[in-house]
Amino acid sequence: MSGKDGKAAVRPGARQAWEEKVLGKALDQKPDRTASFTTVSDLPIGRLYTAEDLEGWEASDRLGMPGEPPFTRGVHPTMYRARLWTMRQFAGFGSAEDTNRRFQYLLEHGQTGLSVAFDLPTLMGRDSDDALAEGEVGREGVAIDTLADMEILFQGIPLSQVSTSTTINAPAVILLAMYLAVAEKQGVSFDILEGTIQNDILKEYIAQKEWIYPPGPSLRLITDMIAFCAAKVPKWNTISISGYHIREAGSTAVQELAFTLADGLAYVQAGVDRGLPVDAFAPRLSFFFNSHIDLFEEVAKLRAARRMWCRFLQDRFGAKNPRSWMLRTHVQTAGCSLTAQQPVNNVVRVTLQALAATLGGTQSLHTNSLDETLALPSEDSVRIALRTQQIIAEESGVTNTIDPLGGSYFVESLTDRMEEEALQYIRTIEDMGGMVAAIERGFPQREIAEAAYRYQRQLDNGEKTLVGVNKYTEGNGPPPALLRIDPGVEPAQLERLRRVRGERDQGRHARALQALEAAARSDDNVVPHVLESVRAYASVQEIADTLKNVFGAYREGAVSL
Amino acid sequence: MSLGAGVRLLVGKVGLDGHDRGAKIIARALRDAGFEVIYTGLHQTPEMVVATALQEDVDGIGLSILSGAHMTLFPKIVRLLKEQKRDDVVLFGGGIIPDEDAPQLLAAGVRAIFTPGTTTQQVIDWVRGNVVPKRR
Repeated sequence: MSGKDGKAAVRPGARQAWEEKVLGKALDQKPDRTASFTTVSDLPIGRLYTAEDLEGWEASDRLGMPGEPPFTRGVHPTMYRARLWTMRQFAGFGSAEDTNRRFQYLLEHGQTGLSVAFDLPTLMGRDSDDALAEGEVGREGVAIDTLADMEILFQGIPLSQVSTSTTINAPAVILLAMYLAVAEKQGVSFDILEGTIQNDILKEYIAQKEWIYPPGPSLRLITDMIAFCAAKVPKWNTISISGYHIREAGSTAVQELAFTLADGLAYVQAGVDRGLPVDAFAPRLSFFFNSHIDLFEEVAKLRAARRMWCRFLQDRFGAKNPRSWMLRTHVQTAGCSLTAQQPVNNVVRVTLQALAATLGGTQSLHTNSLDETLALPSEDSVRIALRTQQIIAEESGVTNTIDPLGGSYFVESLTDRMEEEALQYIRTIEDMGGMVAAIERGFPQREIAEAAYRYQRQLDNGEKTLVGVNKYTEGNGPPPALLRIDPGVEPAQLERLRRVRGERDQGRHARALQALEAAARSDDNVVPHVLESVRAYASVQEIADTLKNVFGAYREGAVSL
Repeated sequence: MSLGAGVRLLVGKVGLDGHDRGAKIIARALRDAGFEVIYTGLHQTPEMVVATALQEDVDGIGLSILSGAHMTLFPKIVRLLKEQKRDDVVLFGGGIIPDEDAPQLLAAGVRAIFTPGTTTQQVIDWVRGNVVPKRR
């Protein structure tokens, strides 16, 4: 900046003079440790950032004030001075009883929101007695087959008083209906329920790979849920547009930013195409990002994401409600960055990642546990993870001021750079005809696999460091005490499912599924019919298969290596 | 002629586990090292993996499991290979597998278990030393 218009002035050429007179000499005596400095995502980072890097940069345009567009500095005017982020540890394993006990434990230790992890059969819309479910029941999350399981999961937890996040995508409509049915049984009206359903199917095709139906019908289910919730469950976040899994699959930070926002644009477009006014549903869209180990890159990513989303909603969709412009996000620290070797080191990694998330202005945070590369977290390790958040929030002082890194030459330059690179990706995707078309061509999948392979090679040849894995290695110490899933969970779950199937009102069950199939074939909203089906104790797979009869099944195209 | 010449491998994902980052990296690294590699894609049953292995006449199968179902799925594939009298096919695998589970899997007939932190070169070297091409 040259100092015109009263902007921060620097002596022109000051940097050049320093480079010539001071830096050159210093480098002659002690050269750089390495030829290039890059982020964990391979983004090159300069030696020094000065006002010259922000030539033409206007704070009023790029930053705004907290709670004001473009929300670079945060979505709330008060941020953590008024209210800390929600500490939300993702939990679920074994039976509904096991997970209910873990929820109670976390609430007793100061957690402020619930987050349900379902097992793989549930995530894939299959019952515990399906052939592909063998060995998987209750392993990676809680097994839910029918409303009977969901009733146990939330026993003693008043749904009027907690906010609940559910990580469920392909069969999201079924699990949302089950939550609503539990609320009915507790006498809680839908309009006060607070929570989030992940419901982000596009990132499933891209990264997480838990799908049932093809993209078209999947988007129809999502818009049905958006329309239903806008009318009846107004405080429910209907999609948590997720970069987390994209990053875990090996993407760079820029790819995570770009593909997540491109998914979000596809959902907004689908809602608008359905005839919904954008301001009727956009305020209930939320986001879910990863926080990896490169601290400044993560802070810049979250700041850029907020600014980009605000501009897309204003300029492209003409949204008028400021809440539609706000990118509110949950963050989880990067599971893929943790190591099985010297697992206690993971506490330090998680601390840095959680710090990045809070410096980046997250609304909610899950910190991973030190033993997650080995198994689901034990009670002890999940408590350390929660305490990590509490120390950052209440001891470190980083919550005292809003957007502490705002105005940093480096962080602002990096924020701009990530925005530019992500916009290039988004333009490429739009040239292909949008995200669904790009997915069908395998574009984001290929870009991510490339980045994952490149990073693995960099680890293998020592270009990137992973402490305890390719540097500072030592023999493995005694393994930590791991959470073991009781082998009795699977047979007990099969028995409960058999009993529910035997005891339910068969007439009501059959009528509900018939009505659901008819609704799926028509333009009717399916949500009320799914709700009636779960009330009739139809299982996850019975409902999913009823819809599959109409919608068909998704098959991934040839996977190129 | 490259070092891997003649060895055919199947890299597979079994069960409902969709985490295919590792499987794809390993498949590509093995291919780049000169082996012939077939990747099954996701959501395979043990029966499907064994059927593909026999149909493609592979010399080795590498399985990736991150879902915790390894104690069910690995032994089942060993059993199916034995039933087909094809236990000459070398079975190896990796994923989130606690150290204490490895001995039981090795005893059941899995020839090697690679856990997080393994380099692609370690897997390549192991395959070179342990999987021999059949005479075709």
